[in-house]
Amino acid sequence: MAFLEVRGVTKGFEGARGRRQVLGGVDLELEEGAFVAIVGASGSGKTTLVSLMAGLLAPDAGEIRLDGARVTGPGPERGVVFQQYSLLPWMTVRENVGLAVDAVRAGQPAAARRARTDELIALVGLGAAAGKRPRELSGGMRQRVAVARGLAMEPRLLLLDEPFSALDALTRATLQDELQRICATTRSTGILVTNDVDEAILLSDRVHALTPGPGAVLGPAIPVALPRPRERRHLSLSPAYQQARRDIVLSLRTCRTTPASEAHHERAAAPRDLDAGQELSGALGPG
Amino acid sequence: MTRLRRMVLPAVGIASMLALWSLVSAAIAPDLPSPLRTWEESRRYVLEPFFKEGEMNQGIGRLAFYSLLRVAKGYALALAIGTPLGFLLGLSRTFRDAFDPIIQFLRPISPLAWLPLGLVVFQRSEPAAIFTIALCAMWPTVINTAVGVRAISPEHLNVGRVLRLSRWTMLTRIVVPASLPHVFTGWRLSLGLAWLVIVASEMLTGTPGVGGFLWQEYNSLVYSHILLSVVTIGAIGFALDRLMGLVEARFKAV
Repeated sequence: MAFLEVRGVTKGFEGARGRRQVLGGVDLELEEGAFVAIVGASGSGKTTLVSLMAGLLAPDAGEIRLDGARVTGPGPERGVVFQQYSLLPWMTVRENVGLAVDAVRAGQPAAARRARTDELIALVGLGAAAGKRPRELSGGMRQRVAVARGLAMEPRLLLLDEPFSALDALTRATLQDELQRICATTRSTGILVTNDVDEAILLSDRVHALTPGPGAVLGPAIPVALPRPRERRHLSLSPAYQQARRDIVLSLRTCRTTPASEAHHERAAAPRDLDAGQELSGALGPG
Repeated sequence: MTRLRRMVLPAVGIASMLALWSLVSAAIAPDLPSPLRTWEESRRYVLEPFFKEGEMNQGIGRLAFYSLLRVAKGYALALAIGTPLGFLLGLSRTFRDAFDPIIQFLRPISPLAWLPLGLVVFQRSEPAAIFTIALCAMWPTVINTAVGVRAISPEHLNVGRVLRLSRWTMLTRIVVPASLPHVFTGWRLSLGLAWLVIVASEMLTGTPGVGGFLWQEYNSLVYSHILLSVVTIGAIGFALDRLMGLVEARFKAV
């Protein structure tokens, strides 16, 4: 039995113009220590899939098991780094991270929790900003806080929902490198959901394409045969990189499950937890 | 330039108001004292604001102090009841379904209707006045708090859910701080209402204060003192709102 098992998970939402089937039977297996990326276009149901694995939503059918135990609700063992950061604006960086540390290490003395909080803040390079509130931080710094908070949950599975999609290209590259370093340090089992093929390849051991919804399913695993640590500069020249990229783009194109006639259902419902109109970043175009 | 505008334009507004007042007293209602006569007959009350020569014949500062004290008690009671009530309404669907209709029903009832009931219940004028102020002033707090709780971003609540925070931690660390801006707007509106109700409640109970003074002077035909009371009530209401505005701005800057 795999560490994480997602079996036949479906999810739909009622909307003003009828029901919209977002996920149509998602299957995924993940062994402990693996880092998997799921690539999909905007609106394909990536955030819905993350919310289901986090337990924030319940599937209509199918089940999700972590280490054999069925997921029935949210919990810190499945830590989430949210797409919109979701930092609490009335708390400082230290309080935002400390909230998670305090929740997960409730039994420990305050001094130990405080030390752990500072350690995490230092890990994401925000030591100097620990006393600041989110509004005083740049987008990249906010996302660092969100990553620190995700790690503070000491998750057995770290779920990253398009963590860098709201950032400019330079900041994004820096944070991707940092995440790579952090994941190597903490040996996290993780799922990264993204619309950026290059990000997926850079960070993960294998990539699944999420077909465009409605009724999205996961394509077959595409292994990323690149040694770690990966150096961004040399990456695009390597044949393994180019192979993975070709396979992912092909998988995204070919794994269409829905006949064109059903496409008008696609915009029917716009629940909050669906991806809100973000452009596919670069990689998904022709080429 | 803008600084000048901010000084000059309100002065123009005040001047035209005084002109209208003079016009009405000169041409339409001879019983209405002119601004100048009002000042002459009221100057002692303003210049010696804390003199006392009997229950109702006191300096305007002293009267205003009685009224403010009464409002403070009623307002404190309104917040003490209204804020938790608002949180309950916002947090619990069951509670909302049970009590929202009755709240919408009680909300539009005038202080003039509550006061006699207060007198029946408490038998004494002071608690009746405080009861009336509290009952009339608490609704904006109740409703804004409830709206504020319901308006909390699901993303913020999801943070608490993923961390499996206890109900108490969820309330103190997420729900209360997230809804505080709305709550504060409610508090500010409630203070305005509490001050609005003071005149009615003092009139009907005949207790010393700006409103009581106003009513007594009307009955003794000293009309200039009615105007003195009106101006005082307006000035204090304005000052209270500005004060709350300042506190609110500090709150929201957090």
